[in-house]
Amino acid sequence: MIKRIPYPALFGLIVTISFFLAAVFAPWLAPYGMSQVVGDVWEPASAAHWLGTDNIGRDLLSRLIYGGQTTIFVAIAATMVAFVVGTALGLFAAVIGGWVDQALSRLVDLIMAIPSLIFALVVLSVMPVTVPVLVIVVGLLEATRMFRLSRAVAADLAVMDFVEAARLRGEGRSWVIFREILPNVISPLIAELGMRFIFVVLFVSTLSFLGLGIQPPHADWGGIVKENKDGIVYGIPAALLPAVAIAALAISVNLVADWILERTTSLKGGRNG
Amino acid sequence: MLIFFVSILIFAGTQMLPGDVAQAILGQSATPEALANLRAELGLNAPVYQRYLTWLVGLLHGDLGTSLTNGQNIASAIGTRLSNTLFLAGCAAVISVPLAIILGLVSVLYRNRWPDKLISTITLASISVPEFMLSYILIFYIGVQLGWAPSVAMINQNMSLFERLHAIALPVTVLVMVVLAHMMRMTRAALLNVMQSAYIETAELNGLSRFKVIWRHAFPNAIAPIVNVVMLNMAYLVVGVVVVEVVFVYPGMGQYLVDHVAKRDVPVVQACGIIFAAVYITLNMLADIMSILANPRLRHPR
Amino acid sequence: MAEPLLVIEDLKIEATSYPPGEKPQKITIVNGVSLTLEKGKVLGLIGESGAGKSTIGLSAMGYGRGGVRLTGGSIRLNGREMRRAPGKVLRSTRGAEVTYVAQSAAAAFNPARKLMDQVVESTLKHKRMTRAEAKARAIELFTRLGLPDPETFGDRFPHQVSGGQLQRAMTAMALCPKPDLVVFDEPTTALDVTTQLGVLAAIKKAIRDFDVAALYITHDLAVVAQIADNIMVLRGGETVEYGTCDQIINNPQEEYTQDLVAAINVERRERDPDEKPVLTLRGISARYRGLDFDVLKNINMDVQPGTTLAIVGESGSGKSTLARVLTGLLPPHTGAVEFDGAVLSSALKGRSKQELQELQMIYQMADVAMNPRQTVGTIIGRPLEFYFGLKSKEKRERVIKLLDRIELGEEFIDRYPAELSGGQKQRVCIARALAAEPKLIICDEVTSALDPLVAKGILKLLRDLQLKEGVTYLFITHDIAAVREVADTIAVMYRGEVVRYGGKQEVLSPPFDDYTELLMRSVPEMRLGWLEDTLTLLEEHLPASAVPEGA
Repeated sequence: MIKRIPYPALFGLIVTISFFLAAVFAPWLAPYGMSQVVGDVWEPASAAHWLGTDNIGRDLLSRLIYGGQTTIFVAIAATMVAFVVGTALGLFAAVIGGWVDQALSRLVDLIMAIPSLIFALVVLSVMPVTVPVLVIVVGLLEATRMFRLSRAVAADLAVMDFVEAARLRGEGRSWVIFREILPNVISPLIAELGMRFIFVVLFVSTLSFLGLGIQPPHADWGGIVKENKDGIVYGIPAALLPAVAIAALAISVNLVADWILERTTSLKGGRNG
Repeated sequence: MLIFFVSILIFAGTQMLPGDVAQAILGQSATPEALANLRAELGLNAPVYQRYLTWLVGLLHGDLGTSLTNGQNIASAIGTRLSNTLFLAGCAAVISVPLAIILGLVSVLYRNRWPDKLISTITLASISVPEFMLSYILIFYIGVQLGWAPSVAMINQNMSLFERLHAIALPVTVLVMVVLAHMMRMTRAALLNVMQSAYIETAELNGLSRFKVIWRHAFPNAIAPIVNVVMLNMAYLVVGVVVVEVVFVYPGMGQYLVDHVAKRDVPVVQACGIIFAAVYITLNMLADIMSILANPRLRHPR
Repeated sequence: MAEPLLVIEDLKIEATSYPPGEKPQKITIVNGVSLTLEKGKVLGLIGESGAGKSTIGLSAMGYGRGGVRLTGGSIRLNGREMRRAPGKVLRSTRGAEVTYVAQSAAAAFNPARKLMDQVVESTLKHKRMTRAEAKARAIELFTRLGLPDPETFGDRFPHQVSGGQLQRAMTAMALCPKPDLVVFDEPTTALDVTTQLGVLAAIKKAIRDFDVAALYITHDLAVVAQIADNIMVLRGGETVEYGTCDQIINNPQEEYTQDLVAAINVERRERDPDEKPVLTLRGISARYRGLDFDVLKNINMDVQPGTTLAIVGESGSGKSTLARVLTGLLPPHTGAVEFDGAVLSSALKGRSKQELQELQMIYQMADVAMNPRQTVGTIIGRPLEFYFGLKSKEKRERVIKLLDRIELGEEFIDRYPAELSGGQKQRVCIARALAAEPKLIICDEVTSALDPLVAKGILKLLRDLQLKEGVTYLFITHDIAAVREVADTIAVMYRGEVVRYGGKQEVLSPPFDDYTELLMRSVPEMRLGWLEDTLTLLEEHLPASAVPEGA
C-alpha cells in the first residue's frame, strides 16, 4: 500500500499533521494561558512574545495555538457529522432508489437552494450560539454536499454489472452496500472529506468573525481577527496572523486530498486499460 | 415554486427550532410576565401555520414586516441597501466573469506549463483563505501601507459614480479574487473535459490551428458547462458579499442581515434570508435555462 | 514518381506510462515496422487490440495520441518527412493530403455544429476549393455514399442522424478535400452487422471512384479482405506477415496468421428432442416502465439440458431485454418462465435462493462485472460461501479447482481484476458462474468485447465445459460466427420478435426469411470477392425494403 509519496503531498501531510499535533498539545505548547493578560496592548514581537500581544495584551502566539485547537476540533466534529449523516443517507438513497431517494434528494436540493452561510445565519438568529449547536448546524449543512457526492458515486456503481451480479446472487442489501459499493466509494469520499474539512474551517472562522461562532473569551482564528481588526488601520498586522494559519492548513489539506484523489483515479485508469 | 418551498424552510428554520424568540430577545433574566406580553405582541401564540400564512401574504404584497428592535418598516430599510449590494456584487461580476473565462482558456492552452501552474497556484491560495482575511490583508497592504484606496467603503446618495467606484475598489477586488478563483478552476476543468472529446482530435487531424480548434470546436460545447460554472459561482458572490460588507462597513444587505442576526431580530433575518435565497435561486434557474438553450440536442430535436 | 505515396521505414513508437506510485515507464508500442503504399491502393492493417495498428495509422499523419512519441525511423508522405516535422507543416498536410476516419463517428463529430460545416471545414481551411465548390462536392459525396436527401443532409446536427449515416458522413468529410491518403480507423467496428455491410460497400466504392489510397485498420480479417490490396498482420507492435490480400487469405505463411484465417470448426452434437426442457418460455411479452409498447412480443422457446440455445439479433432486437426478464430484473408483462419444471417468480424478490443458484449469468463486459476491490479468490469464493456455506480452507480448495477448470493457475487467486487480461477476466466470470453449480448459465454477449483469438478461446472453454460436464447455456449474441460454433438450437430475434427458431442445421439452411437471410449474408466471409457477391445476391433475392440503406 505505501508507495512513494510525491513531494507536494508529503509537504501537505507534514504540515497537516503538525497542525493537528499543535491542536492536541495546545496546553503544553502555548507559552502563556489562553486569556491571560501578560503585557501591553498590541506589543510588537519580542523574545517574550514571539508574535506580540493582542488588543487587550494577551500573548498572540498562545491565542493562536488555543484558537487553532478550537477551530480544528470544532471543524473535525462538524466534518464528522457531515460525513456520517451525508454518506449514510447518500448510500442509502442510491441503493434503495424509488421514492425514498426522491424525497431525500429533493430535500437536499431545497436546502442547497439557500446559500449555506445565509441559512446558518437564519438558524443561528434564533438558536443559542454554543459549540454543539454550531457543530450540528454546520455539520448538517455540509452533509448536503456529502450526500450529493456519495449518492452520485454510489448511483453510478449501483448500475454496474458487478452489483447486479451480487443482487442476482440473492445478496442482502447490507452486503451490497458494505461489501460491493462502499470499498469503491471510500477513496473519493475521503478526498472529499479533506475538502469539506477546509470548507468547515473557513465556515466556522467566518461565523466567528461575524460574532456568531465561537464566543469570547474562547479563542478561535476567526475570533482573533475580529478582536484585532481595529489594529489594521494603525498598521498592526495582528489580525493577519490567523489568515496565515488558515491558509497554511487549507493548502496542506488540499494537497493531501488532491493526492488521494489522483491515486484513486489512476487506479480506475488501470482498470480500464 | 422553489422559492415558495424555500420560504417555508426559512420560516421553519426560525420558528420551529427549539429556541424561544421572545426569550432570546429579552434575555435570560426576563420576567415571565414580560415574556408573555412580548409573545402576545409578536403574535407568537397563534398556531405556526397561521403565522406562516400571515408572513407569506405580507411577503407577496411587498410587506416584509417591521423590525423588532427599532420598529422600522423593513421593506424601506432594505430598499437602498439592496441597491447598494447589487451595485457591489454587479461590479465584481462584471470584472470577474470575463477574466475567469480568459484565464481558464489561457491555462488550458498552456496546460501543465508555467502559465497554467502559476494560475493554479494563485487561485488555490486565494480559495484557501476566507474572504474576511483576504479583505484585511488587502486593507493592510493596499489601504493602510500604500494608501491607494479607502479601507472603509462608505457610500451615500450624494456621491458621483466615480467616487462610489473608488470607495468600493477594495471590496470589489476581494470579491473578484474569491469568485475568480473558483470560477477559473471550474472553467478550466470544463474546458479540459471538452478538449478530451474525440471531435477535438478530429479537428486537429483536419489540420486546424490550436486556436481554431479551441474557438470553433471546444468553445461552443463548453458554453453550457461554463455558464453553469459562472452561475454557480454567483453563489460565492452572494455569500462573499455578506462578509465583505461587514468588513468594509458597507451599507448593504449583508451588513444589515448580520447586525440583526446578532440582535436576534427575526423578521429582518427572515426578510433578508428570503431575498438572498431568491436571488440565488433565480441565478440557478437562469443557469439551467441557458444550458438548455446551449444544448444542440434540445434546440434541434430529431 | 520516384517514390510511392507513403513510405514508412523502421518505425519505432514509444509511450510513457505512469503506473500509480511508481516511476514512469517507457513502453514500446511499435517496433521496427516498414511499409509502402502506392497511389490509389489500399493497405489493410490488422491485429488485436494493443497490436499498434491505430498508432501506425495515426503516425502516417505525424500524430501521436496522448503521450505517444514517434521515436525512430522515417515516415514519408509524398516524399516529405512527417516524423518530427514542424507543427506548421503537419497542419498544412493534415486535412488536405491525408485525412482520417475515426472508429466512432458519433464521438468524432462536434455535437454543436451542423454536419455540412464540419464536412467542408478542412477543405476550406486549406483553401483547396471555394465554399460553393466544397459544398457541391460534399453533396456529391453524400449522394455517392448513399446518404438520404443529400441536398439537405448537411443541414442536420450529428445527433439527428443514425450511426451508420454518421460513419458515411465522416467518410465524406475525409474525401472532401481530395486527399491522396485516407486513414480508416476501424470505421465499421461499432456498427451492427447489416449496417456494416452497407457502409463497407459505400467506403469501397468511394475509394475506387475517387482513386485515393487508404490505410484500412481493423481487427476483422474478413472485413479487410474485401477492401484491401495488401495486408499487414501486426502483433505486439511488430510485423507478423505482410503480403498481398490474396496471399494472406489463401496462403498464410505464419502460424499466427493461419490461426486468424482458420475457419471455425463446426461440431454438431445430437440431442434427444424428447428430453424435458430445463427452461421454457411461454408467451413472454415485456415493456419498460413508462413505455406503452412491448419491447418483447410473445416469445416462446425451450432449452434442453446440456444444450445451447443461441439467441441472435442486432442491437435493439430485444435479446438483452430477454435476459433481464429471465433473471427477474424486468418482470414480464404477460407470459411465464418455467425453470426446472416449476414456474419461476417473475420478480427477483420472489425467487428462492436455490432458484437463484441454479440460474447464473455471465456478462459482456467482464471488467465491470467484477468488483475491482475484490481479489479473484473472493469473487469466485463468494458464491461458494453464499450458497453452500463453504469456509476458509475448503473454499480455497474449491476455488483452486475452479481456476483449474477455466485453465488458470492457483497463482491467480490473490490477484485483482485490474491485473488480468480481458480473456482472463472473462474466464474468472465463468468460474464465478460455475461455482454456483447452476442448471443454466445465461451468457450475454460474452465474447463481443474480446479480440477474435481470445474470443475463440472462451468459446472453446464454454464448449468443453458443456461436453465434459453437461452445462446448459442460453447464449445471447450478435455474432453469427459464434453461434455456428456453440449453438444447438437457434432463435433469431428482430424488433422484439422471434423471426426464426429451430435446430441449428434447420435455422442456418435455406430457405430463409428475408431478415435471417440479410443477417446471415451480412457476416463478412474470409474470402475475396465476398462483398460483391453478397451485394449482387441481395439485390436479386431480396425486396428493396430489406436491403440496407445505400448498399
